[in-house]
Amino acid sequence: MTPALRRGMFLVGIAGFLAFYLWGLTRLPGFGRYPGPYGFVVNRIAVGQTNATGVVSAVNFEYRGFDTVGEEFILFAAATGVATVLRRLRDEQEGGRSRAAFGESPSGTTDAIRLASLVFVGPVALFGWFLASHAQTSPSGGFQGGVVLATAFVLIYLAGQFLAFRRVSPADLIDSVGAVGAAGFAAIGLTAVVLGFAYLYNFLPLGTVPGAVSSSGTIALISFFVGIEVAAAFILIVGELVEQTLLVRAEGGDK
Amino acid sequence: MTPQVADALAAGQPMAVVTPYTVQPALMDALQVVLLILVAAGATVVALTRVPVRQTVALSAYGLLLAVLFLAFQAPDVTLSELVVGAVALPILLLLALTRVRRREK
Repeated sequence: MTPALRRGMFLVGIAGFLAFYLWGLTRLPGFGRYPGPYGFVVNRIAVGQTNATGVVSAVNFEYRGFDTVGEEFILFAAATGVATVLRRLRDEQEGGRSRAAFGESPSGTTDAIRLASLVFVGPVALFGWFLASHAQTSPSGGFQGGVVLATAFVLIYLAGQFLAFRRVSPADLIDSVGAVGAAGFAAIGLTAVVLGFAYLYNFLPLGTVPGAVSSSGTIALISFFVGIEVAAAFILIVGELVEQTLLVRAEGGDK
Repeated sequence: MTPQVADALAAGQPMAVVTPYTVQPALMDALQVVLLILVAAGATVVALTRVPVRQTVALSAYGLLLAVLFLAFQAPDVTLSELVVGAVALPILLLLALTRVRRREK
């Protein structure tokens, strides 16, 4: 294929795309105008039905809970994939080679970065825990909380050494926590089935005060499980990648 | 349709739950326009940055901008997601991957 022909094909393609795109834009609702009735309906009934004032969480973990199970397992599968591929790779490369490099701190870390990271570990972990456990009351949820919680572990790595990171998050423990989180979500749904309801039916008492931490039945519980699953999956992925990096560094012999 | 919704419709109540701004609407409009322009500029910067490490840092800053934009459009939940994924998680993974690739090249 000659460059001229390639350019011609690109121009035809982009012209077609542009035409369809502009045509689509003309039919969009006006700025700030929301024509969907579903959002209005949910806004009106969600708090009364679930006692959760975090309506987004009510939608995520209740009204479309089954979709969320799928999303949860996408992340779980991704983490499993990373672990499977990288651990296998490592076992093949490693052989009897020394693992001295794992005691090293990340290259180029100054004391200022270490101190700042160390100072932030506690607050970040607390914030992540708060987010994961308050999905039912305020804008937050297990996904966000889980990633924030995992970030605290990344800060431990930044503040110290990979060994410290591994000591507070041993691979086996992280694997198990992730599995418990993913299985917990599915198990809540199955428990509802065993009790004779639909899958993921909110079978727990909803509490009496809308917006209380103890309210909303299964929504809070599911958010908790999602939180630990997401945190574990993210720690696992970061941990594997860091280990890969250190391994290559050890082989290269450079610092 | 649930009874509550049917009642609300029958009573002629508006379906939308509107949270009024606590500041002048014109100010809010101005803030939104400024943020939209900043986001467009940020995306351009990310696309035009050629050095991968710098691009990753720019991407993180762009994620932060986008999070603020979502907040200004009254979507706090999306703000949190964008913050943790766009500004933190994705840049960390990219940086780690870049380090790995670079070590291998040496």
